[in-house]
Amino acid sequence: MNLLARYAECIFWMARYMERAENLARILDVHETFARDTRGMTNWFSIVQLNADEKDFFSRHDRPTAEAVVHYYMFDTQNTNSLVSMLRMARENARVLRPWISTEMWTQINVFHNKLVEMNGKDVALSNLSKVCTWIKEECQTHTGITEGTFYRDQGWYFYQLGKYIERADQTTRLLDIKYHTLLPSPVVVGSTLDMSQWTTVLRSAAGYHAFRRVYPRGMSPTTVAGFMMFNEGFPRSVVMCVRQIDGLLTRLKSRYTLRNGSDAMEKVDELLGALLARPIEEVIQLGLHEYLDGVQAQLCGITTEIGRAFFGQDTVVMTQSQSQ
Amino acid sequence: MTNYDPGLYYDELFGGRDYPAEHSALIRQRLAGLNFGDLLRRSQDAERELYNLGITFLVYSNKDAVDRILPFDIIPRVISAKEWAHLEAGITQRVMALNLFLHDIYHDQKILKDGVIPADLVLGNGCFRPQMVGLDVPFDTYIHIMGTDLVRDREGTFRVLEDNGRVPSGVSYVVENRHMMQRVFPDLMQDIGIRPVDNYGHKLLDAMMEIAPQDVADPQVVLLSPGSYNSAYFEHIFLAREMGVPLVEGRDLVVENDRVYMKTTNGLARVDSIYRRIDDAFLDPKAFNPDSMLGVPGIMEAYRKGNVALANAIGTGVADDKAIYCYVPRMIKYYLDQEAIIPNVDTRICREADALQYTLDNLDKLVVKPVGEAGGYGITIGPRASKEELADCRAKLLADPSNYISQPVVDLSVCPTVTDDGIDPRHVDLRPFAITGKNTWVLPGGLTRVALKKGTLIVNSSQGGGSKDTWVLQDGSQEGSAS
Repeated sequence: MNLLARYAECIFWMARYMERAENLARILDVHETFARDTRGMTNWFSIVQLNADEKDFFSRHDRPTAEAVVHYYMFDTQNTNSLVSMLRMARENARVLRPWISTEMWTQINVFHNKLVEMNGKDVALSNLSKVCTWIKEECQTHTGITEGTFYRDQGWYFYQLGKYIERADQTTRLLDIKYHTLLPSPVVVGSTLDMSQWTTVLRSAAGYHAFRRVYPRGMSPTTVAGFMMFNEGFPRSVVMCVRQIDGLLTRLKSRYTLRNGSDAMEKVDELLGALLARPIEEVIQLGLHEYLDGVQAQLCGITTEIGRAFFGQDTVVMTQSQSQ
Repeated sequence: MTNYDPGLYYDELFGGRDYPAEHSALIRQRLAGLNFGDLLRRSQDAERELYNLGITFLVYSNKDAVDRILPFDIIPRVISAKEWAHLEAGITQRVMALNLFLHDIYHDQKILKDGVIPADLVLGNGCFRPQMVGLDVPFDTYIHIMGTDLVRDREGTFRVLEDNGRVPSGVSYVVENRHMMQRVFPDLMQDIGIRPVDNYGHKLLDAMMEIAPQDVADPQVVLLSPGSYNSAYFEHIFLAREMGVPLVEGRDLVVENDRVYMKTTNGLARVDSIYRRIDDAFLDPKAFNPDSMLGVPGIMEAYRKGNVALANAIGTGVADDKAIYCYVPRMIKYYLDQEAIIPNVDTRICREADALQYTLDNLDKLVVKPVGEAGGYGITIGPRASKEELADCRAKLLADPSNYISQPVVDLSVCPTVTDDGIDPRHVDLRPFAITGKNTWVLPGGLTRVALKKGTLIVNSSQGGGSKDTWVLQDGSQEGSAS
């Protein structure tokens, strides 16, 4: 059965937006915890920096107060990186896919979106923010569960999974980057109690604290945490784990459905996986984790572009010409 | 229900004053056993669920597009098996005559030569497509999907108000309303014997496969939509899902060597049969409106070569025109040598001098409709119009008489409806749907639209109307002694 290229693209992006929404909720939740210390202001601003939204943010706000940042990332419809915008885009994609996805999947996204839109500033006052973030995470996880349990397993499933894992890998690099980007202004605090509690929070935000403890029952260092989140082969949000999934998905997608295209995407995935496995974390940190994470993000972006060219109809004209020759 | 009074109107649940509806006795009895609070609660549950399921249409207000549900009333409209047999025969007859008419005007034009219908009315019609002249379509079927708007007058006689032979919509609500009723009102439906409506998608797919080019073994069918900002987008989703075919937009299709292809993850794949929900004018910028971005360049030529099937065919709009409508009974006589099984509402064509005079003389008693408008716009209802409105209507008539028809005010039948003030009579109409490939099949039921505002006769969703489930009873079901 032929899969319409535009459907494949919508599935891919629906998965990405839902995964992204879940991660943003995690990040907001983590910052709510961070902001309880004296550096509250700095911490809220780091989310803006993390998403490179400074210009847009300051076009509508004077200062990055907690209220301003939370509003900006929860309800600002002009901000394409806000939860409301992400849910709107996930829902728009789901709406296109409605003839094709399960009714349960559509209904859950629709209800989730409508509830979020009906919320207002009072619902996310700081005292309530963590609760709301938990609700959003749970709705996203419900989506994942419903999808797992009801999505018909054909080509579309692979594109869904591809979108999910690419986004997840990207988000894990970003989560890790908060730490190096902004939370480590001076080497003095490294290894201090405060520093450790913040690393713990990063791990918790990726739902990785308990898994980490199983691997490292004693002690916690920036190196072990970063290594765990980047390279652990068993942690579902580690970058290596996600890229391995992407690799396997592309291979199976191509072989099972005898798709002609996608070799360039597979090559790029191989490159990334090779690069990830080439260096231990100690070396990475020495060379500069932030730059390294930036590089990984760029490579994930390149893979997305290749997938688009191969499968989403963006190269159709060229392909047709070669067909008719 | 005890204080319910339909007044002088024919009632869809109770029947007329002199002809009580025996077939719905059991349903009335069950409804009477429910208290109003319970009805209201169930009705709210149903509307909430429609919203959650996204069974909505888009309304454009100022700059925002808002998702709205079509308000749903949970008291059903009930049609007996005998009444339905009559409607089914009448609709089938009408589809047949309209298809014969379309074939004729795009071939020999006998009906025009014989002077049964004025030639200029057809050939000068904006919906007449010269590109279709001399072209043969499978089974000579032009209107594959037809929605016929019916009303019931004070005597209980069904009459045709309008034919919709281009891209009639509303069938998704017929099926979804039934699903909703089954969830919120199972106790009312139990053992009643209601004919099912959920095989519409299969029947439509069958017809789309039948009309595909004959040399294709396993035809690829698609539904072509203008996109997610179209107000009927939910219906497009619904139909694509029920048929199990891709819902495509113009940008998904390309024409090469006069064949239509869709872009897939594996390159281009052939498309053989298209249920298009785009008007002729926007279908192909090469053949029609060159500014349209919605359609597919070259699709008309692929169609002319017989490489792809389109439903409905191009140029069917000329048959569902409000002016042509008046001639349909004569058309039935001409092609089939039969009387129309379902009569029209008496209609006068203002382009004819005596009809214009009659209309002008009786303006305060008539409904005057512009020929080219849809959705209830531009209508003047004489008895309810102010002096200014009547004067305005008179001026428009005199300025451009051929743009208008006039009809007596039909006292539309009513149906008990849940309102804020309790159960009240509200006016309804009915749009049954017929599918024609090789043969014609009529969905047992149809969209019952209900005017929710007290006293109003206009039932269109764009004018604040809602809908009801339409129950066609099975033969030999709870019809008791009705015969």
